[in-house]
Amino acid sequence: MSDLASAPLSTTGLRRRQRWSAAMAIILLLATLVGVVALIALLVSIISQGAPWLSWHLLTNMPSRKAEKAGLYPALIGSMWVITLTALVAFPIGVLTAVYLEEFARKGRLSKVIEVNIANLAGVPSVVYGLLGLGVFVTWLDLGRSVIAGALTMALLVLPVVIISSREAIRAVPSSLRQAAFGLGATRWQVAWDHVLPTALPGILTGVILSISRALGETAPLIVVGAAAYVTFLPDSLLSKYTVLPMQIYEWSRRPKDDFQGLAAAGIIVLLLLLLLLNAVAIWLRSRASRRVRW
Amino acid sequence: MSSFVRKFGRRSAAIALVTALAVTSTASVFAQDDLSSLTGEIISDGSSTVGPITQAVAEEFAAEASDVQVSVDISGTGGGFKRFCAGETDVQNASRAIKEEEAKACADAGVKYLEFEVAYDGLTLVVNENNETVTCLDMASLTKLWQKESPAMTWADLNAEWPAEPIALYGPGTDSGTFDYFVETVLGKESEIREDFTPSEDDNVLVEGVANDENAFGYFGYAYYVENEDSLNAVAVDNGEGCVAPSEETIQDGTYAPLSRPLYIYVSEESLARPEVQAFVAFYLDMAGELATDVGFVASPDDVYAADVTELETFLTGGAEATPAS
Repeated sequence: MSDLASAPLSTTGLRRRQRWSAAMAIILLLATLVGVVALIALLVSIISQGAPWLSWHLLTNMPSRKAEKAGLYPALIGSMWVITLTALVAFPIGVLTAVYLEEFARKGRLSKVIEVNIANLAGVPSVVYGLLGLGVFVTWLDLGRSVIAGALTMALLVLPVVIISSREAIRAVPSSLRQAAFGLGATRWQVAWDHVLPTALPGILTGVILSISRALGETAPLIVVGAAAYVTFLPDSLLSKYTVLPMQIYEWSRRPKDDFQGLAAAGIIVLLLLLLLLNAVAIWLRSRASRRVRW
Repeated sequence: MSSFVRKFGRRSAAIALVTALAVTSTASVFAQDDLSSLTGEIISDGSSTVGPITQAVAEEFAAEASDVQVSVDISGTGGGFKRFCAGETDVQNASRAIKEEEAKACADAGVKYLEFEVAYDGLTLVVNENNETVTCLDMASLTKLWQKESPAMTWADLNAEWPAEPIALYGPGTDSGTFDYFVETVLGKESEIREDFTPSEDDNVLVEGVANDENAFGYFGYAYYVENEDSLNAVAVDNGEGCVAPSEETIQDGTYAPLSRPLYIYVSEESLARPEVQAFVAFYLDMAGELATDVGFVASPDDVYAADVTELETFLTGGAEATPAS
């Protein structure tokens, strides 16, 4: 008994434990490599297939049955419409919800229920939002298969993530800031609007942009609410028909001619670049914020 | 130069027809000899097989009627008919004729329509390029191979001289008109298909499957075979009159039977009251043969298009009712 207790831990089965540790190091590395290698293989195959098809007119031409003059202009513009409208809807609603939950709501059963619900909504498969959008926006509100119906559906999809990330940004604002404002007689709203939100804004924007970039790549809900596979025009109103980049990529990838597989790969590259651009903006906002904030 | 003349000729034919219609139809808002004065919206949905033809037509149409907004969706023949019979779409693309229950749904909703045949496709039976044994199948073997609870698990079950290797089956998913046509033609109406095959709505997935599996057997549209001739072998079909392999000639002249099938568009009678839809359909019938060939199908015989045009003219000049949706 006392032998065991007094034996220094570091020497019991030392060699065995060290071997185990070394083996784990290799297993962990392999686990990491699976993801990295898969990503690199994907990128290499997409880029090698799509690079020859990248050109300026890919961005500015309408789609065509002739691969050499086919472009994704309406899909690019359609995607812009969808994510802009999505942001316009999801941003205010998401931020107001986050302000309410963080600054106004009493911590009780109700706010707990709301919190749990939001967290669960963030995990609902996207196609379910598509079905919801089809029922509510397309049919019930009679918006048809329009760009606004698509954007509202996407807004619902990203809303939970916008709320969660906005709450985190708001929570990161030091409470000394609030106490100081309260101390000077500010109302709860004045504290939230004049002090908390401006400080939290960069963090909130980062969250919004990241969730918007998720919306950019989503296809399933938009297929359900009726993004068209092919249009001859650009959206010109909220009720316009539209198509989006992932739809155009899908449409090309299922064509029999090999050239269209190349075009699909080129479309994927465009989509990836757009995503990287959005994420870069988010990172820039965050670094700007951390430089400016002083308290 | 010849292509200019051809195009010009075609264009004026379409315009002449439309203008003639405009005179007689109540919606004669335009008498200009110019498609560019047309406005409005044309919504098309349906078969993902026929979709590319309608898209090609829309592409050419948009070049002349730039203010008409045409959208083409690919929900599948069945999914498209649901929308069409709910009055949501103007032009329905179909890789098979309308079914009785769909016709009934249209009738119940008061949607009347015209049917136009626009091209031919040959459902092509394919095996792996290394499979040199299976070159021809008679219809009885094909039925045996695909029927529900099929006894045919290996090639030898179909022909004693073939190897006893298990067959891996690939075919289009159940929502496609291609699937419906194949089941009805090979197995018979109301029949069920065996369940142990790999389905995909994306024909390129089927191509990949068959190209990478020595003992695979699959079927899909002729265009996907032509683009992948290097990695696939087509299997000829013997319907009692000898083995016939699919080719543009055998599909068009109907000797590649019974797997060569007509492709259709259905146009709602109500939509045809709109000048832009009239112009689009006239344009469609005029260009269908050439554009269908462009995207990998086979043009229907000329008299089919002529009959289509007559049908449209007769309807628009008030001569005939649309196909009664009974």
